[in-house]
Amino acid sequence: MTALGPAPAPAPPAGDPVPAPPLVELRGVRAAYGTIEVLHGVDLSLMPGEVLAVLGPNGAGKTTMLNVLAGLHPLSGGDVFVAGRRTNGASAADLARVGLCLVPEGRGIFPNLTVRENLRMAAHAGHDPRAVEEAAYERFPRLAQRRRQLAGTLSGGEQQMLALARGLATDPAVLVLDELSMGLAPLVVEELYGQVAELARRGVSILVVEQFARVVLGVADRAAIMLGGRVTDVGAPDEIESKLSAAYLGG
Amino acid sequence: MDQFLQATITGIATAAILAVAASGLVLTYTTTGIFNFAHGAIGMLGAFAYWQLRFDWGWPAPVALLVVLGVLAPLLGVAIELVVMRGLHDAPEAARVVVSVGLLAALLGLGLWVWPTDVARPLTRFWGNEHISVLGVRLTWHEVVAILVAAGLALGLRALLYGTRAGLAMRAAVDDRALSMLNGARPHRSAVLAWAIGCTCAALAGILISPAIGLMHVNLTLMIVNAYAAAMIGRLRNLPMTFAGAVALGLLDAYALTYLPTDSILLAQFRFAIPVILLFAVLLVLRQDRLRGHAARSTREVVPRPGWSGSLATAALFVAAGVVAAQITSAPDAVAVQKIVAVAIIALSLVPLVGFAGQLSLCQMSFAGIGAVVMAHHGHGGDPVGLLLATVVAGAVGALVALPTVRLAGIYLALATAAFAMMLDLWIFGLRDFEVGPLSISIFGTGSVAVDPIDVPGVDSAHDRLVFLSVVFALLYLLVVAIRRSTFGQRLLAFKDSPAASATLGVNTMLVRLAVFTLSAAMAGFGGALYGGTLGAVSAQNFAFAQSLPLLLLAVVGGIGTAAGALVAGVLVGGLPLLVEVAPWFENVNRVLPGTMGIALGRNPNGIAHQIRVGLAPLRRQPALLAGTVAGVAAVVGLRLAEVLTGTPFALALAAVPAAGGLAAQVLAARRAAGATATEGPDDVPLEWAGIVRPFTAEEVATMDRVLGLERRPEPTPSLAGAPSGVSAPARTAAGAGR
Repeated sequence: MTALGPAPAPAPPAGDPVPAPPLVELRGVRAAYGTIEVLHGVDLSLMPGEVLAVLGPNGAGKTTMLNVLAGLHPLSGGDVFVAGRRTNGASAADLARVGLCLVPEGRGIFPNLTVRENLRMAAHAGHDPRAVEEAAYERFPRLAQRRRQLAGTLSGGEQQMLALARGLATDPAVLVLDELSMGLAPLVVEELYGQVAELARRGVSILVVEQFARVVLGVADRAAIMLGGRVTDVGAPDEIESKLSAAYLGG
Repeated sequence: MDQFLQATITGIATAAILAVAASGLVLTYTTTGIFNFAHGAIGMLGAFAYWQLRFDWGWPAPVALLVVLGVLAPLLGVAIELVVMRGLHDAPEAARVVVSVGLLAALLGLGLWVWPTDVARPLTRFWGNEHISVLGVRLTWHEVVAILVAAGLALGLRALLYGTRAGLAMRAAVDDRALSMLNGARPHRSAVLAWAIGCTCAALAGILISPAIGLMHVNLTLMIVNAYAAAMIGRLRNLPMTFAGAVALGLLDAYALTYLPTDSILLAQFRFAIPVILLFAVLLVLRQDRLRGHAARSTREVVPRPGWSGSLATAALFVAAGVVAAQITSAPDAVAVQKIVAVAIIALSLVPLVGFAGQLSLCQMSFAGIGAVVMAHHGHGGDPVGLLLATVVAGAVGALVALPTVRLAGIYLALATAAFAMMLDLWIFGLRDFEVGPLSISIFGTGSVAVDPIDVPGVDSAHDRLVFLSVVFALLYLLVVAIRRSTFGQRLLAFKDSPAASATLGVNTMLVRLAVFTLSAAMAGFGGALYGGTLGAVSAQNFAFAQSLPLLLLAVVGGIGTAAGALVAGVLVGGLPLLVEVAPWFENVNRVLPGTMGIALGRNPNGIAHQIRVGLAPLRRQPALLAGTVAGVAAVVGLRLAEVLTGTPFALALAAVPAAGGLAAQVLAARRAAGATATEGPDDVPLEWAGIVRPFTAEEVATMDRVLGLERRPEPTPSLAGAPSGVSAPARTAAGAGR
């Protein structure tokens, strides 16, 4: 694999022959639900400053992989490295505090807290709650109008906006997105991915799992296919796109 | 006017204490999602601990208060969180209720153990009876303190929950625990803090209220249950509404005390039932929880669909066990064993309700009590009509209770049934004979009524009745099996797994719930009538709310999904008190045992019966061993009949033979499986698991390709393990299905 993403924000001198070490690396990661193993040794690395899209059919283990990475699900084998440090067994709270931000599948919000309180939860990872709020409202003005409303009463699109806004506003080192598009209209999906692309331009490293291949491949620097608990292919987005139908339909 | 003012002031002082208790309850619920049924028991322990320090050991009041509220209560809270509640956040709601009810039972037992009831423990108010006068109304300093404490607590909790980061994290953790961790919060710490504060509130309320109602275990425990009504008015979330609810309750109580006529038979005890009636009413008008899209949490229960042949064999086994027990027991022992079987019948009524439909009932003994009362009055001489009537009346009352409560789920239903049980305890069961129009109603009369055992031709001695009850239990067991196998049973299970999905499939979930609740109540009434017959004379204590708790706990411990679990519950409920007679030291252990078992095993909804079944399962596939085990059991029984083997050695031998058989079968099965893998792959793996628990064999891939009409791949390496790409189609499907 030679295709590397663009250099990170504090860019090393151009033409540096030594490739930067991966920001996030999974080596032979295994994970199981009870006795049923669903990740059979996942190898994947996210380079500093790149957007890596992971595609694959339902049940391929994508969400489990992200949960393992974020410290929500225990590993049963292999290693996870974040910024060169082994993070096996680290708690989700600790990983959040070092700047790894997962926006989980479904609606990643607290339905019984107000919009403002949802954003202020970011304070636990060491961020200034007021700054997080400001940044979120600037990005999604619609949330500003609803700041006193309970998040559970927002529409699906607004809830996902809130979830994403919280993630983006904390200015994470690694942003991990799980199925942002789930259950949303195409227009809303494009709006959300517009924000992701904007963030990517500023050099944030993003790992995104998505079923909406067309939208996400437009944003990604590299893409990977996950099948049956393994990463089976990694490459340039157009290369991967051509292999997709085979991956989904079997062949 | 003075009377009214006095009642109002007294009511507000009571309200202040209720508010303290209720806010602790709301705090633990909003931050950990666990409704603490043991809140009252914690308050009771706090009050007793204060008495111990202040009055028994003579410590100064401030020091005693500081030690109880500042050290003991928070420590208890931390211990509860760390030992009991941790890890429960993703358990099914039923498990959470059972564990918390188990804690209630265990702490109540602990209180009775440490501070036995045979000592009078006076507990005076702070500053004795010194008082001030406001507007000509007497207000003791104790009441002033209570009101000030409640006000201070209200402000403090509000500031904590809405003004601090810790408070925000507490509320966030309830909504979505994983997400709050992704935000960098630490839900464990929030939970520990919440339990510490919650227990302190409970202890404070217990200390404040005990001078008024006396230092009595059950009363104190249940008095704080009144706080549940206040907390429910606040929908378990809203602190201001909770305080308003407490004020309403306190005032109602004070006005009832002042104005209710004291000469009415019907209303004499009514005052004590007001809070639970209010709790029941509040639960009914609460906004209904929306149907969830999927079962709230992972279900780990196994509710097997029993086959007829196995069930008939099991039923025959029950009868055989009854016959053997009748052969080897003396007449008094036979009566004791009868009680076990009768309780098992009542416990069996929980299986369709809790095991199949996932609905919790804390009032099963109350239904049994109704059955016993009906049998007492209409089953003179063991008239079977009385038994029939007991079943019908209990079922009808069950339907009446179910009509308004069927839309409730989880803790709300558990609380509503608890409220119903306590309403009977505090009010109805205490009524003397009275008349409503042409109806003359009689309950427990002056305290206890005689119940005649059912009269069946040919059943005369205690031994005959034991066999008869075993036959009844076996028949009811078959009825439960039939329910499980019927479409009705499927609906119950479907409803438990996903209310929304069953509703969208056209199942009338209300009707299903109503039906199962009525059926369960009728079974409990039937069992209660028989249980009453084994007791001879019954009183309200036999069927009190406190009796329903161990029944539910031990049924869950036994395994709520199966009839065998009910038998285990019957043996434990009916049998543990027998041990007390043999070994008096066991009495105190027995007080805390059901609760501790509920705590320990409530998380494992499959229960003991399932463990036994799993342990014995390999035996079925080894006919020789099975025959040997049966012969072994028969030999042990034979030795007992010949009076060679008696007492404890007999009991041990009876347990050891099947255990040895099961163990041997397991060892054999394991050895056989090991041999099989070495040659051709285990044949005991169901086909849909192939590829998940072990790699596909070449033949399997070939077979599947042939069946699916797929071209055989040119490469002959179909192993899933180790293939980085080009995984074969069946392998992919199988692995995908595993998620």
